[in-house]
Amino acid sequence: MSDKKEPLLHVENLKQHFKISRKFTTKAVDGISFDIYEGETYGLVGESGSGKSTTGRSIIRLYEPTDGKIIFDGRDISGKLTKADEKYLRTNMQMIFQDPMACLNPRKKISQIIAEGLEIHHICKSRAEINERVNDVLDKVGLSSEQATRFPHQFSGGQRQRVGIARALVMNPKLVIADECISALDVSIQAQVVNLMKDIQDEMGTTYLFIAHDLSMVKYISNRIGVMHLGHIVETGTTDEIFENPIHPYTKSLLSAIPHPNPIVEKQRKAITYNKDAEGVIYENGHEHVLSETHKVLATDEEFAKWTK
Amino acid sequence: METKSVKRNKSDRVLYIRDLNISFKTAYGTVRAIRGVRLDLFKGETIAIVGESGSGKSVTVKTIMGILDSNGVIDSGQIIYRYKDENGEEQEVDLVQMSQKDIRYKFCGKHIAMVFQDPMTSLDPTMTVGKQIMEPMREHYHISRAEAKKRAMELIKEVGIDNPDKRFKQYPHELSGGMRQRVVIAIALACDPDILICDEPTTALDVTIQAKILELIKDLQVKKGISVIYITHDLGVVAKVADYVAVMYAGRIVEKGKINEVFYDPRHPYTWGLLSSMPDIDTDSRRLFAIPGSPPNLMEKIEGDAFAPRNPFALKIDYREEPPMYDVGGQHRVASWLCDPRAPEVEVPEELQVRIEKMKKEATIYE
Ligand SMILES: Nc1ncnc2c1ncn2[C@@H]1O[C@H](COP(=O)(O)OP(=O)(O)OP(=O)(O)O)[C@@H](O)[C@H]1O
Ligand SMILES: Nc1ncnc2c1ncn2[C@@H]1O[C@H](COP(=O)(O)OP(=O)(O)OP(=O)(O)O)[C@@H](O)[C@H]1O
Ligand code: SF4
Ligand SMILES: [Mg+2]
Ligand SMILES: [Mg+2]
Repeated sequence: MSDKKEPLLHVENLKQHFKISRKFTTKAVDGISFDIYEGETYGLVGESGSGKSTTGRSIIRLYEPTDGKIIFDGRDISGKLTKADEKYLRTNMQMIFQDPMACLNPRKKISQIIAEGLEIHHICKSRAEINERVNDVLDKVGLSSEQATRFPHQFSGGQRQRVGIARALVMNPKLVIADECISALDVSIQAQVVNLMKDIQDEMGTTYLFIAHDLSMVKYISNRIGVMHLGHIVETGTTDEIFENPIHPYTKSLLSAIPHPNPIVEKQRKAITYNKDAEGVIYENGHEHVLSETHKVLATDEEFAKWTK
Repeated sequence: METKSVKRNKSDRVLYIRDLNISFKTAYGTVRAIRGVRLDLFKGETIAIVGESGSGKSVTVKTIMGILDSNGVIDSGQIIYRYKDENGEEQEVDLVQMSQKDIRYKFCGKHIAMVFQDPMTSLDPTMTVGKQIMEPMREHYHISRAEAKKRAMELIKEVGIDNPDKRFKQYPHELSGGMRQRVVIAIALACDPDILICDEPTTALDVTIQAKILELIKDLQVKKGISVIYITHDLGVVAKVADYVAVMYAGRIVEKGKINEVFYDPRHPYTWGLLSSMPDIDTDSRRLFAIPGSPPNLMEKIEGDAFAPRNPFALKIDYREEPPMYDVGGQHRVASWLCDPRAPEVEVPEELQVRIEKMKKEATIYE
């Protein structure tokens, strides 16, 4: 990652608000900025409802962003999309979803589901080429071609998730947004999938935005991590910076909540709690404090002084 | 908090499963999903079922709930459930002998409640969250609307959702994945069940909320003596919640025992693989250990030990004959030929040994 290189994805002051009623608006994402460089993995972590999925969906333009800028591979994709940009986006950016079933058409065979994207965007020259790519990707995610003739409901939760991954990877995308794509898998398959995603990255230079709540897995796959809370990125840094030198109390509480596979310890260990309101933290008042070129924290000057003491 | 050690007395069993065999008829053949499961659940204890995707964890518990898929057949076995009826009398039924519909009618919600892997499968998208929490209470307890509402609000707060007034009126799609799951947990707890089955209930949750929910379930369990079956692939969660753990592979339980027996002294090579593939936040290796290969196709007849083809320690006999369940002391049982007195000595892989030693050392501070 050289610093001068243009990022593959540049997100600046992105806001995604949802109007719930005349009086009430949910500010799911409220002014976040980050960059992702080609070939790297950016992990986005944070508690439920912090806006991780919304961020992913905004970027891939399932929503109309309320405000802010999204530059993908040099193209501004935050406003109204031209046909060409739309096609570019739909082929070069892929998402693997949190809900394994939501994106799988129950009446289609697995092989058809995986081939869909290739067909819609006329990526392949022949049927044979489609089949070849589908078989390749099935092999990569550890499904047999016999299994590919089955329907989604005949698979267990974990098997379905691998179909979702295959469906994204078959397009050879530049950026893959993986939203909790391994949460439904058991550890041994998680390990296979994480290793697989790394292999694919090494081989094809794929870039990942890896959304997850499992910090121990995020640690394995990410080069850099952004910690989200209530629509804000409260801290970002390299994986080492976040794990070795967390500054924000929210990051600290998140790290302490990771359960360790050590029964005697785990039954007694208590996580650090963080209560934003009790501590009087108001994210809107904070601004970015720079600890290193990569390590940044959202805080007021007083908070920053207190947390780095 | 002291880790209470639940005495496993026969008379305290709430549920016991014997020699359960389940298969599914599909257009391509018969899937033998559950192959001879035997498991006990005692009052007030938490057992965890772990194992690879497709190993049969969900099928096992779905059968208990009476929600086995329609193409599923219980080929043999017993699931004995013991409970107190409305008159406070001890009853014992074999769920296998009941129709799935009767199980649902008689026990679902009130006696046995379940929290699923997919929150959306158990939520009605057309109904507000509040109404969905109130419904089962009103049905089972015939309480007034006002009372049900009060209790529902309490539950919403208890499971850690803020703004109960606002959330009460919202629809499931307006909530994040994690919040939906908390609603499902609130619904499951609404009727004070005596068995709570959690099928990956916190998979969609972040660690902080997960920690809260695990504590919540634990509290309720201690307070009300609920027995919990907890399915998860997160061995950290297992370490936190479980008194007893069963490791499943290809429709069989391959190792089971007290949590400490299995975690500090694993005996089955599959368990070794599982424990090794757990990311260790203290080490810096760039690659995770992954068990090679993939699980067997359950449509084909399995000869010998189902794990043999992926097991670097497999013996000749593993390919021919299914191993029996060996008693390796205490509550610890292992289905592996390696536990046979005639088997050659095989050591736990070194990396795992190191890890376990490290864990034990850490644990001494807490003991
Ligand atoms: N379509 C929508 N309409 C209204 N509110 C929404 C919508 N989508 C999300 N929200 C709200 O936005 C907030 C962020 O939700 P989001 O799904 O992005 O969280 P998340 O970080 O992905 O959480 P989880 O870890 O639970 O998946 C939540 O308060 C949620 O209720
Ligand atoms: N309705 C069905 N028809 C055919 N096969 C089925 C059906 N339901 C489950 N199976 C098969 O039964 C086996 C066990 O599935 P189950 O859902 O219990 O797995 P699991 O251990 O819960 O996995 P996961 O961790 O992925 O949820 C799998 O091989 C699955 O493909
Ligand atoms: S996974 Fe299935 S049940 Fe869950 S939200 Fe998606 S479609 Fe609904
Ligand atoms: Mg999400
Ligand atoms: Mg399951």
